[in-house]
Amino acid sequence: MTIADVKTILNARLVCGEVLDTQVHNACGSDMMSDVLAFVKEQSVLLSGLVNTQVVRTADMMDMVCIVFVRGKEPTAEMIALAQERGIVLLTTPLRMFTACGLLYQNGLNGGDAV
Amino acid sequence: MSIQLHYVVPGDDFTRAGEASGAVKTTLKQLGFRPDVIRRVAIAMYEGEINMVIHAGGGEADVEILPDCVTILLTDHGPGIPDVEQAMQEGFSTAPENVRNLGFGAGMGLPNIKKYTDTLDIETEIGVGTRMRMTVRVTEG
Repeated sequence: MTIADVKTILNARLVCGEVLDTQVHNACGSDMMSDVLAFVKEQSVLLSGLVNTQVVRTADMMDMVCIVFVRGKEPTAEMIALAQERGIVLLTTPLRMFTACGLLYQNGLNGGDAV
Repeated sequence: MSIQLHYVVPGDDFTRAGEASGAVKTTLKQLGFRPDVIRRVAIAMYEGEINMVIHAGGGEADVEILPDCVTILLTDHGPGIPDVEQAMQEGFSTAPENVRNLGFGAGMGLPNIKKYTDTLDIETEIGVGTRMRMTVRVTEG
């Protein structure tokens, strides 16, 4: 699926980013950036309820292309500026983490290998 | 080709942690390094930068880029690491609660640096500071 599909499936609002036709195959959901850095491989979408600039930094270091903030969380102006600089699409969805992950999984995204 | 880069990592502003790693990532990309190599350097350096901000009040980063190897030297004047072996264990963390609320402090930083680098040397002295030298080699991929 594409980032545009993720947006539709999650009834999400586009916060920033222009390229929505990028293909994505994997996702991970976490509020713990330490774990994302330690356990995640080749994931392209990060779902998180955590709101600070290090969420965008972490996604950037991992070459992720899209961050979805769950539970209606709004990224700060600083996060938006950083995401634009690093070419990362930001979305926000009113859905909770479990539901958002479940819907993406149901629609074909996978979570990568087990630890 | 040899490129030397120097960064000051401010210790008083958590939002700026990762700026140096982001800049190195951009430089390596411009130089045409392989994505997997860039990612290893970026993650290892970022973890180190976060550690310096959390534990040591910031520090400095010196990066040397050679065609076949990237070396990162992180120097801080923080409290030092009392037991390096313990600090290297997955899950061991001395990070305060406020850091955990920011999404860090799971005790995965040093193990993760070791995982993504080819060499890791830690020199530390209590009350004086810590110097961490890590290298990522560009091997045939």
